[in-house]
Amino acid sequence: MVAHLVRLKLTLLRNGLRRSVWQVLGMVVGALYGLFLLVGAVVGLFALGFADLQVRSDVLVVAGSLLVLGWWLIPLVAFGVDATLDPRRFITFGLPRRDLLTGLTLAGLIGVPGVVTALTALATPLSWWREPAAAVAALLGALVGVLACTIGSRATTTALAPVIGRRRVREVVAAVAILPIMFLGPIMSAVADSADRLASLVTAARVLSWTPIGAPWAVAPAVAAGDWLGAVARLAIGVATVLVALRVWSWALDRTLTDPVSSGGDARARGLGWFGVMPATPVGAIAARAATYWLRDPRYAIAVAIVPAMPIVLGFASPGSSLLLIAGPVTAFVVGWSISADVAYDGTAFWTHLAAPVRGVTDRWGRVLVAGALGLVVMVLVTVGTVWYADRFDALPALLGAGLGLLLTSLGAASVTSALVVYPVQMPGENPFATKQGANAASFTSQMAGFTAVGVLAAPAAVLALLAVSQRSAALGWVALAVGAVLGAVLLVVGVRVGGSVLERRGPDLLQRMRSFD
Amino acid sequence: MLDDVTTPPPVPQPGPETGPGAAPGAVPTSGSVPQPATGPGPSAGAPALSLHGLWRRFGDKVAVAGVDLVIPAGSFYGLVGPNGAGKTTTLSMATGLLRPDAGTVLVGGVDLWADPVRVKRSLGVLPDGVRLFDRLTGAQLVTYAGLLQGLDRPTVEGRTRDLLAAVGLTQDADTLVVDYSAGMTKKVALACALVHAPRVLVLDEPFEAVDPVSAANIREILHQYVDGGGTVVVSSHVMDLVQRMCDHVAVIAQGHVLAAGTVDEVRAGRSLEERFVDLVGGRISGEGIAWLRTSSD
Repeated sequence: MVAHLVRLKLTLLRNGLRRSVWQVLGMVVGALYGLFLLVGAVVGLFALGFADLQVRSDVLVVAGSLLVLGWWLIPLVAFGVDATLDPRRFITFGLPRRDLLTGLTLAGLIGVPGVVTALTALATPLSWWREPAAAVAALLGALVGVLACTIGSRATTTALAPVIGRRRVREVVAAVAILPIMFLGPIMSAVADSADRLASLVTAARVLSWTPIGAPWAVAPAVAAGDWLGAVARLAIGVATVLVALRVWSWALDRTLTDPVSSGGDARARGLGWFGVMPATPVGAIAARAATYWLRDPRYAIAVAIVPAMPIVLGFASPGSSLLLIAGPVTAFVVGWSISADVAYDGTAFWTHLAAPVRGVTDRWGRVLVAGALGLVVMVLVTVGTVWYADRFDALPALLGAGLGLLLTSLGAASVTSALVVYPVQMPGENPFATKQGANAASFTSQMAGFTAVGVLAAPAAVLALLAVSQRSAALGWVALAVGAVLGAVLLVVGVRVGGSVLERRGPDLLQRMRSFD
Repeated sequence: MLDDVTTPPPVPQPGPETGPGAAPGAVPTSGSVPQPATGPGPSAGAPALSLHGLWRRFGDKVAVAGVDLVIPAGSFYGLVGPNGAGKTTTLSMATGLLRPDAGTVLVGGVDLWADPVRVKRSLGVLPDGVRLFDRLTGAQLVTYAGLLQGLDRPTVEGRTRDLLAAVGLTQDADTLVVDYSAGMTKKVALACALVHAPRVLVLDEPFEAVDPVSAANIREILHQYVDGGGTVVVSSHVMDLVQRMCDHVAVIAQGHVLAAGTVDEVRAGRSLEERFVDLVGGRISGEGIAWLRTSSD
């Protein structure tokens, strides 16, 4: 039975790859990345063997704890990443619970993250090549650690599924979760800057080694230090963690099987919202729809949520320098480019536009107006704010010029891009972090081409602005503003026209492609 | 290969121009469903929809292999066929959602694929197996469909209210479509297809997942609509429903039209279901699966 489940997972993986070349490419890229990580980890572990005992123990315990914590928490945010072996699909087969759990545990290790984790953990004895007894203990600890990773991850996801499964909760969790990722740089540098970082590592390791996430990795250090009692205690904590996780998983599975998750939440909105505000024309309607989605759809909301974080990250990255000043133009680009996959974001709902007598340019303008208005407001706010903070009011016209140029150009380029390519994206309500299989190469190519095009086309205003800011030349600043506004406007109109005619020509093909993703 | 593909005889029907419906832009009387748009069509007297030699392949699989179909104006036309017969593909090509590899689609005598944007105004579409803009409320979605068709605000407001009442969604007008049940989603999509009072209504599986009461309401709306001079094309698996509801029917299997004409012509004195099974084949008769009989042990 267990072998069947593992084989099923492998078959699903293979059939998934057979569906398209992109999926194979995505898998290969993922595997190469995994291999890179694995080689790095193995070399690192071996090299760590040269370090003195205390450092070695602390590094291993902290790194191992982060690994386990990652397995437990990331799937909550990236929920739905691996639903290939959803326990609910086995509900109609009378499988013994023990077999189901064992099978799912092993199957969970199939895949790039699982294999890399397992092999890395099993390589931890390499760090103990000077102490053979500790190496054996490390292997034992690694086994417990890997089980804690996979079973713990199943336990947290299954137990919290009823909460996370609720649409609203998942959206909020996903939107909030991006903030720590954004602030990872500042947090890291803040930690690195603290003078006694070694001391904090030691303290962290000491505490973590007694917790469920750190105990498995603390077995070998204890053995190496001759603390046999401590080693046994840590091993016991690790095994107990696995057993508790198993109980929780089994209990939560019973609950999900008998009481399936409903996506719940009965969202209501009074009246027509934006549809009552915008003009009653096709362009107005498309703009109203887009505006509604910018507010209600977490995929768009994230683009907005990133904006306030941008100047803060830049400020932390190099405090006191004028790097902060690029926050405005960068914001303009981020918001402008955010509609570059707009048709893909619509998904098959795009048929509504296709079935209606809507011209391509009408579709394009409706989308551009909302992103443009939002981008303009945000760009001006961020630019004025950063200029005020850096006390560089002389740079204001130049930065506004660069921002305007980038905003309009990226809107124009995005209008063409989104009419040319669609690739699988998260549908509203799905997790924004769970990148769809097969999306990698197509989205990567189109995004890179778009970045390059925007970079080249917006270069005149950007270069002028750069010169104006660095030379502190007011005249050049005003030239940059004029160039940014005029050139940007021209490029936007061209982009919308071209994108519109491409959309009319390719609309049915785009819809057909998106149907095949579902 | 059966060879009884018939071009249906010209059935005397009230032409669209004689219908009593409201002119585009007018506010309909409250409580009524928009009637098909009137006024002289692009070429009066032409069939509502005619498909000639439609082909479409996906990779190696030919989904539609030369479909010819004439749908007379004012008819209530049923499209039946087994799963995977090419019904959805045919209807997608007939409504501008999927480009045919070959063949033409004439809507009221005008080539759809030559000028899609103009012709689509006279089509109302309910596709199957696609999403809706489900972060909008029901009322917003119907309003959106109406505004995209170029209707003015008072018209859209009135029609949205009427249509939501007609399909029984007034209570849920302010609920997001993502929180609708499958049947409610079908109903709101139907309202979207009707909002601009098109000449031709093309509905792919409109009764799937819809409860019997709502289905009866929808059938009544569609009959009113045909009585007003409109043309309705529905695809369905349910033979009984098609036999009772439609006046014309076409049987499609493996991308071909096996039979087409008035319901009486096609069923030739038998029930539509029997005739369908005859035409399509695939009934497996005989002993059955012996071990499935639980009484045998």
